[in-house]
Amino acid sequence: MASAILQLRDISLSFKGIKVLSDLSFDVARGEICALIGPNGAGKSSLLNIVTGVYQADAGEVVFDGRRFERITSLAAARRGIGRTFQHNALFDRLTVLDNVLAGLSRHSRTNLLEHAFGLPRERHEEREFRRRAEETIEILDLTAYRDAVVSTLPYGVQKHVDLARALVGRPALLLLDEPMAGMNHDEKRRMARRIADVNRSLGTTVVLIEHDIGVVMDLSDHVVVLDYGRKVGDGDPDEVRRNPDVIAAYLGAVHEGVA
Amino acid sequence: MSSSAVSEAPAEFAASSATFLHAKPLAAIFTGALIVAFFGLVPLLGNDYWLGAILIPFLIMSLAGLGLNITMGYAGQASLGTGAFMAVGAYATYNVLLRLPELPLPVSLLAGGLIAGLVGVIVGLPSLRIKGFYLVATTLAAQFFLEWMFNQYGWFSNYSTSTSISAPRLVLFGQDLNTPVGRYLLTLTTVSVVALVAWKLVRSQTGRSWMAIRDMDTAAAIVGIPVAQGKLSAFFIGALICGLAGALWAFAYLGTVDARSFNLDRSFQVMFIVIIGGLGSLIGNVLGAAFITLLPILIDHVADRLFGGAIDAGQLENFQKVLFGALIIWFLIKEPHGLAALLGRLLRRLQAIASR
Repeated sequence: MASAILQLRDISLSFKGIKVLSDLSFDVARGEICALIGPNGAGKSSLLNIVTGVYQADAGEVVFDGRRFERITSLAAARRGIGRTFQHNALFDRLTVLDNVLAGLSRHSRTNLLEHAFGLPRERHEEREFRRRAEETIEILDLTAYRDAVVSTLPYGVQKHVDLARALVGRPALLLLDEPMAGMNHDEKRRMARRIADVNRSLGTTVVLIEHDIGVVMDLSDHVVVLDYGRKVGDGDPDEVRRNPDVIAAYLGAVHEGVA
Repeated sequence: MSSSAVSEAPAEFAASSATFLHAKPLAAIFTGALIVAFFGLVPLLGNDYWLGAILIPFLIMSLAGLGLNITMGYAGQASLGTGAFMAVGAYATYNVLLRLPELPLPVSLLAGGLIAGLVGVIVGLPSLRIKGFYLVATTLAAQFFLEWMFNQYGWFSNYSTSTSISAPRLVLFGQDLNTPVGRYLLTLTTVSVVALVAWKLVRSQTGRSWMAIRDMDTAAAIVGIPVAQGKLSAFFIGALICGLAGALWAFAYLGTVDARSFNLDRSFQVMFIVIIGGLGSLIGNVLGAAFITLLPILIDHVADRLFGGAIDAGQLENFQKVLFGALIIWFLIKEPHGLAALLGRLLRRLQAIASR
């Protein structure tokens, strides 16, 4: 097994006394696609929120790229190369697709307010470079037709792609995808799954994704972690997890249904 | 991820820049015509009344609108401290002119603006923790506090016995600007330069960060936008511009520095300019300022011509206020995105007709 890019050690989280995550530990290997599955309320999104600094864990530690996070803030996570998409639309609604994708490059910006105000050479150079990278990502995700459209006017499926483009454009080392295929039909799901596999293969991006469609998960992932009521009930390659009786119990047969 | 998809990108880019080039000469001609008209023709043709009582306040209110629009329209941080920031700009510029008379006028103005900007950062600090109406309430506190402070402590007005103090002479390059044309040109130049810088800013990484924070601040932080810094920079730039507007209001329009002209009413007036003109639009500030400052004058003239002498003057004035208020309400129901959206639709329709 390759070295771990993300290590979670005994993570616990509770809201007003209700345990959301209890002593959760697992590793994500560099370059793999890791799926996080489990019933609604199992704590999957909460875990992503801890890794991106939206929530602070009550206990436990997060080690990313060999370095332990003292205190995770969203900004620190982004700067160290963690990108993410959201379960519910969290795009910059009134900006165009291009501007949303450009905003995804913010962590690479090295220019200051004064340079922006007067359009100094360094700023012009950075802006040109950002535009080139944004256009490239827009092209890759087939969003060229929507490039100048305001995102709130776009269909849901396209918005999901814009969210992915915004997370991907900064070339994160670790990409967290929160239900990237929610609300999609079978064909759209297949297309999105192929995209994720492409990104993983050609850019070497490590992917952690939350997904409910077990069929898609088993095809796409190298590694599956199963959560139930904030506890880990399964951790291994898809075949191992499929045979795990605890997982079957947690899903109440949903595994068979999904596979069929 | 096919390589052919990547190689098509430059072609697409070239196509879009070609249409841009096509539009450029037209825009340049239009801008050139505007510059000639406002810098050349207006001072030649306009009389003192038009310059001093209509165009100067209209331009200054556009500038104040621009300041608030940065904070509220672009960065989404609502503020009722505009009047206070204008007061800080006016008093700070007054004190710089008074205590450092050797500085040239533009430097004194900028210094006043920078001081207003720093006060804006302090007033903006609560925005790191609170949002919406709660934030508005804290800016309201700043409005009342600063207004009180300038009246309470004589140092700010150089221990003048009256509450309003006359402004020092406006001199630039040995040229006395204290004529209607001079004050108009000073105002117009300041507004033009600030608008140009603001135009650069809102299209830059800073502007994108402001709008990202406005639209979804958690997501903004997660893509690596320094949210706290973005909010404070929006307060800084917004208050700086409002400060410049306040200094011009005192020196180029009223000729006196008076805290009462920067009260809460002023803050509301600027907020109406921004909302009617269009949140997150630069041209909207000019349109909103025209609506707020010019329409009452128009109503005044029309009412005078129609009912002058027939109705009691006090009654007529009340009627005008009611009419103005009703117009604001009617307009916001018809066009909640402001005059800028209206203008945009009009231009698109004209373009469609022209290309047919």
